[in-house]
Amino acid sequence: MSDHEYTPKSKAGKWFNDRLPLLTLANHLTDYPTPKNLNYWWTFGGILTFCLITQIVTGLTLAMHYIAHADMAFESVEHIMRDVNYGWLIRYIHANGASMFFLAVYIHIFRSLFYGSYKAPREIIWIIGIIIYLLMMAAAFMGYVLPWGQMSFWGATVITNLFSAIPLVGEGIVTWLWGGYSVDNPTLTRFFTLHYLIPFLILGLVVLHIWALHVPGNNNPVGIDVKKPSKDTVPFHPYIVIKDTFALLMFMIVFAFFVFYTPNILGHADNYIEADPLVTPAHIVPEWYLLPFYAILRSVPDKLLGVIAMLSAILILAALPWLDTSKIRSAVFRPLYKQFYWILVADVLILGYVGAMPAEGLYLLVARVATAYYFLHFLVILPVLGLKEKTLPIPLSITEPILGGTANLATARNKESSIK
Amino acid sequence: MKNFLRILSLIIVFLAAPLSSYAAEKVEYLKTDWSFKGLFGKFDRGALQRGYQVYTEVCASCHSMKYLSYRNLAEKGGPEFTEQQAKAIAASFDVTDGPNSDGEMFTRPGKLSDKFVMPYENVKAAQAANGGAYPPDMSVLVKARGGGVDYIYSLLQGYEDPPAGIILDEGVHYNKYMYGNKIKMSNPLSDGLVEYSDGTNATVEQMSKDVTTFLMWTAEPHLETRHQIGFKAILYLIILTILVYFSMKRIWSRVETKV
Repeated sequence: MSDHEYTPKSKAGKWFNDRLPLLTLANHLTDYPTPKNLNYWWTFGGILTFCLITQIVTGLTLAMHYIAHADMAFESVEHIMRDVNYGWLIRYIHANGASMFFLAVYIHIFRSLFYGSYKAPREIIWIIGIIIYLLMMAAAFMGYVLPWGQMSFWGATVITNLFSAIPLVGEGIVTWLWGGYSVDNPTLTRFFTLHYLIPFLILGLVVLHIWALHVPGNNNPVGIDVKKPSKDTVPFHPYIVIKDTFALLMFMIVFAFFVFYTPNILGHADNYIEADPLVTPAHIVPEWYLLPFYAILRSVPDKLLGVIAMLSAILILAALPWLDTSKIRSAVFRPLYKQFYWILVADVLILGYVGAMPAEGLYLLVARVATAYYFLHFLVILPVLGLKEKTLPIPLSITEPILGGTANLATARNKESSIK
Repeated sequence: MKNFLRILSLIIVFLAAPLSSYAAEKVEYLKTDWSFKGLFGKFDRGALQRGYQVYTEVCASCHSMKYLSYRNLAEKGGPEFTEQQAKAIAASFDVTDGPNSDGEMFTRPGKLSDKFVMPYENVKAAQAANGGAYPPDMSVLVKARGGGVDYIYSLLQGYEDPPAGIILDEGVHYNKYMYGNKIKMSNPLSDGLVEYSDGTNATVEQMSKDVTTFLMWTAEPHLETRHQIGFKAILYLIILTILVYFSMKRIWSRVETKV
């Protein structure tokens, strides 16, 4: 929180603020000192807030026309596409919005990994972020079930069946999840209810995520603590507001291109076939953003171990602040970590690719190697690297070049611009 | 900023590779110039009207079109028949309505508000009449097939004698574009099968193109509006982005940091 006390100028403002300090909060948000060297990878927080609000607003509108019933869901979606005024637009924004949301969240997460934003004192921000990510996956999965197409139905069948791997109680849990003995109307109605609920849980967690962020303040590309406010920071408004707006607009251009020109490219054609419990599609594939985890699941021959591997792949991220033993945050000053970071990025992309392919032959082998490497990165490479790596000298502040004159890239650049 | 864009575009290219490969099938489909592709893509009105004719005279005896109403035929962005024409088309079908005040179901001529009449009473009846295979509903068929319009267009022209060694069961036909090459539908089109009122020569290729265009419209009735709004929306966003970019530069010129 900013150090200075705030008093509203007007009498009425002061009266109100003494009773409910909303104006203090507004003042805190505008003045919030932000490191001035944040690059464009930092704009995705704002973009994600936009995505969440877009999903909630379009989702509410869709819910007014959608009918959560196994016999009517598919038809009601077609009704939205054909007869509801601009229903096609709202639905395409919502459907592509999910993909854009995940695109942004992956960039946001990988930015954190590169610049070590999960390290002390920001562990809680990071863990809340992981919970948000988990909830996003749940919401997206259930949302994909709602149109009640073939992929909806069979995706729901495959994913819910994963719970049957749990010893003893597995089958019981699956029946409980389904509300019956197969994926059917009760499953659809509860998925709809939960799909409606989760975004509001996410919204609450986003508030906590931002609150937790505003305690230590933003990390930055150099990864050092900055004094706030100081020469190293700028007030959030107008500097960061305008920059985030600019980045958001560029993001929206990409978003609009998908919505208006290739609205179905990210979905699977089979989902335009109404769900049929008697016909199994040739390949059951999840949405692209779940593919890396799907690849991990399928790379383990045992069902239970596969499920455990898939869940651990996500949950291991929550332990990241303690697995990474390095005191240095930013990869800019960690030459070895930087290389391993890019290998991890490639590894996850490869997992995503093989997740879309049939689990056989070379694809399966690649998936196994990539899965093993994924865990190796977090469980072995990161802890060892933090202890062994020779890091580069870090600067004392964002504006000042480091003592001793061994200028590194980030500070040199800052120096240059300050001379100008 | 440059560095940021470079890394971002690289990652997007990487992401696009698996996406496109899991969307595309391995068969090379026949290509034709679709008028509805591209930034300003619009339907060819003539093709839609001819396509409707092919659908009613050929496909509709087996394939339903359950999400369309006769009124859609007169709506903007579609075949754009006049309201009189659409009314006449609707009236040419017998629609079961009721019950009336005596509790009886009765038949009356179709109205604009009626949904397209179904060829069969129910799925079982459709299967019974087609050797066990259900002729899929055609409303969203184009979007429900991986290859989209190119796939449907190719399939209609893909009937061939089976290559040596492939034995087909009774009532099964060989089609080189069909998944697994075996299809229950017999070759639906032959040259001159329908008589176009606008004088267009009804070749198999022409009819395939017309009916596929029609099916694209039934699957995406608002495609033209989508393209029109899309162009304006993106243009607006680009102009706004440029303006915001310069404001940002102006604001950030107060501090000695590049944005």
